[in-house]
Amino acid sequence: MPTYPLYDNEGDTLQAANGRPLRDVTIEGALDGSLRIEDLQVHRSALLAQAEIARTAGYVPLAQNFARAAELTVVPRGEIIEMYNVLRPGRARREELDALADRLEQQFAAPLCAAMVREAAEVYTARGLLRHPDAL
Amino acid sequence: MAGLKRFRVLEERDINRETFVESWPEAGLMVADSPYDPAPSIRIVDGRIVELDGRAEEDFDTLDVYIARHGIDLAVAPEAMALDSLTIAHMLADINVPRALVLRLATGCTPAKLVDIMRHMNVLEMMNGLAKMRVRRIPANQAHVTNRRENPALLAADAAEAALRGFAELETTVGVARAAPFNALAILVGAQTGRGGVMTQCAVEESLGLRIAMKGLTTYAETLSVYGTEQAFVDGDDSPWSKAFLASAYASRGVKVRFTSGTGSEALMGSAEQRSMLYLEARCLCVTRGAGSQGVQNGSISCIALPESLPGGVRAVLAENLMASMLGLEVASGNDALASHSAIRKSAKLMLQFIPGTDFIFSGYSAVPRKDNMFGGGNFDADDLDDYAVLQRDMQIDGGTRSITEDEAEAIRRRGAQAIQAVYAELGFPVIADDEVEAAVQAHSSDDMPVRDIVPDLVAADAFLAGDRSMVDVVAALARRGFADVAEHLLTMGRQRIAADYLQPAAIFGRDFVVQSAINQPNDYTGPGTGYRVEGARWHEMSHIHQAKSPRDFIVDRLGSPIESLAGYGNAKRGGSTEVVVAIGPAFGRIITKTIGGLDHEEVLKAVLTGIAEEGLIGRVVRIWRSSDCAEIGHVGAKLSGSGVSIGIQSRGTSIIHRVDLARLNNLELFSQSPSMTLDTYRAMGRNAARYAAGKMTTPVPVSVDNWARLRLIVKTALLHRRESEEIRDLPPEALRFDWEPEV
Repeated sequence: MPTYPLYDNEGDTLQAANGRPLRDVTIEGALDGSLRIEDLQVHRSALLAQAEIARTAGYVPLAQNFARAAELTVVPRGEIIEMYNVLRPGRARREELDALADRLEQQFAAPLCAAMVREAAEVYTARGLLRHPDAL
Repeated sequence: MAGLKRFRVLEERDINRETFVESWPEAGLMVADSPYDPAPSIRIVDGRIVELDGRAEEDFDTLDVYIARHGIDLAVAPEAMALDSLTIAHMLADINVPRALVLRLATGCTPAKLVDIMRHMNVLEMMNGLAKMRVRRIPANQAHVTNRRENPALLAADAAEAALRGFAELETTVGVARAAPFNALAILVGAQTGRGGVMTQCAVEESLGLRIAMKGLTTYAETLSVYGTEQAFVDGDDSPWSKAFLASAYASRGVKVRFTSGTGSEALMGSAEQRSMLYLEARCLCVTRGAGSQGVQNGSISCIALPESLPGGVRAVLAENLMASMLGLEVASGNDALASHSAIRKSAKLMLQFIPGTDFIFSGYSAVPRKDNMFGGGNFDADDLDDYAVLQRDMQIDGGTRSITEDEAEAIRRRGAQAIQAVYAELGFPVIADDEVEAAVQAHSSDDMPVRDIVPDLVAADAFLAGDRSMVDVVAALARRGFADVAEHLLTMGRQRIAADYLQPAAIFGRDFVVQSAINQPNDYTGPGTGYRVEGARWHEMSHIHQAKSPRDFIVDRLGSPIESLAGYGNAKRGGSTEVVVAIGPAFGRIITKTIGGLDHEEVLKAVLTGIAEEGLIGRVVRIWRSSDCAEIGHVGAKLSGSGVSIGIQSRGTSIIHRVDLARLNNLELFSQSPSMTLDTYRAMGRNAARYAAGKMTTPVPVSVDNWARLRLIVKTALLHRRESEEIRDLPPEALRFDWEPEV
């Protein structure tokens, strides 16, 4: 069980999504141009640790959210925004939602997010929230 | 003016600028208990909810589906739903029932069940419940920082000051959407100047907000709105699944998320489906929890005027805060949008969240003047900050802010504005001139700012958003330009992203970036002597508002050296029938030499003696040593007076005309309004006393009544009386010679 807060207790092992250790995130790095915003991106393992902490404290849906978030850490910035937009009501045809779920599962190894998209696809179909055939 | 004059005056009062309407459930204009609200019910077959609040699975709308699959803990539901709602209401109000027990049961409740529990509770019981169910141990506060001109120097100065004032979160927004990245940047830099660890956000359209967050310019997002009916949800351009995905997307970038909902939004959007506002809010909250949001901004938020137009509206808003906290959600409890014209009403409403304390008492206290608030906010604004500090001091309640001095404000505003100026210069953004910085330091509102061409700012903001530069470049810019501390704070916010500790429920940063959340600082209130108490350094800070003075030197300007022309010559004796005794207190004219109203004691004596002489009698001055009490001074004087009439005068100026046959606490005339007395009053007092002594018909001296005087001067009154009482000696009344003759 990781010890909360991770910043104070696990600082030696924390690293960004790209592997840069937390201790190497320094002002000097910002000044010499070696530090980039990607170096401040949370690693999936930290989110999974937070999920475990939340679940233990009784915050189960929040833990599930952190687990989905852990999956999304590897999805590039632009694509995440695109995915979100596809998932909004009236934006996608059923096949597009199914394709999104497949992509999440296969390309990004994100089964939890894929399941969520599949569930949305099912409900959108039943409740008329897919893209209208006449939509521009 | 026709009719009753008092009613015409009432019509002009602020409260009567509000709109009040009767409930109309068919239009969704009913805060709670609509006849169309369903009764609580649940049916679970093979681990699947097949009936929810009277609706069968085949008739579920999207919200029902979402709640049935994600919003209710099936392991707890049978037990929770079988419990009488009244029993759960009791558990909420009962301090002996720990928070964890209620939290567990609430996760098994359907929306209608949550509402049914609220039905049994009055506001006092709800407040008790909220004090216990609040997620974080210590309440906090959030501020709005915006301005109509999107001026970066002013945003940074205001953010710096708000951070120094103790707000744990700052939220900005835009008038022009393209300004978003720059506004987010300005309050980020300002906030980290004011206090490292203050979390910031920029409320804009969801995908734009996500882009800004990914650049590291914001640390949390709370405008993820959810609605209680399917139609309103879709009109809001989201579904529970897209909102849940968005929440995960934010979390994947280390950004804290809080959903938004609140009573009245569905009615305002024309799709309340005849349900009460509270029932629809309960649905929102079950979706919010199910989607994995750590918290919610609720309390009607921008719709607040709608429930407040209806009976029970303010109670319902408290109920929605309580339902959210029961579900373990961090609550930012409204009080942001303009809710009332009446200062009485808005303050009274605030107490429902302020007294129990919520995770964020305001989901946006306007740290700027109302007209610069771009959220439709400003129910409490920058001009109310001193009032708010005093409320905390009065009740010993932590409202999440502190009082600062003008010097502190000036210094931090200048540093905040200079920091953003440096960032703009270093990153090649349109110049922020020195006079703009200085104007931002001094400004009350954006009206006080020099005109700034917004077009180049928007062009630069577009390029900044589209390009690769991020918060890291801002850190470098600050470090290069001599703002090492601000740079370090910004970078620490970035480093905290990697740990993601602040994604946990109700997380904020205290001093030195120490995270406080449901995990390490859960609310542990279980009645008197438990939980968070305002004490120690925090109480010291709250007590010492900047206006508070030491009372020790409060009356210095009323003290002086003894009147030279006033000298004692032995014990006072009873005199002849043509005299009026002027009895003075132990400190009069020797320690204290001015009345509370600033009249010289010497002049007061002259005025009284002149008045007596005008009626042909003699005034004889006597000092009473054994009492500082006005009635006693007058009464002893009357006993010494040959005519039986005396004037008693305390050093602070309070006076009495007394007569020997009256009871001590009775009098002929009492002059209790010493601050408004003039020398003419004292002279008239002398005349009247002499007339009573002569047995003449006498009209009491008219005195002006100022009921505010007591309020203004009560501390001085107390201290003057205390000083006089210190001069009490066990001596008989002393005869005094006042070396002066009235010119009559």
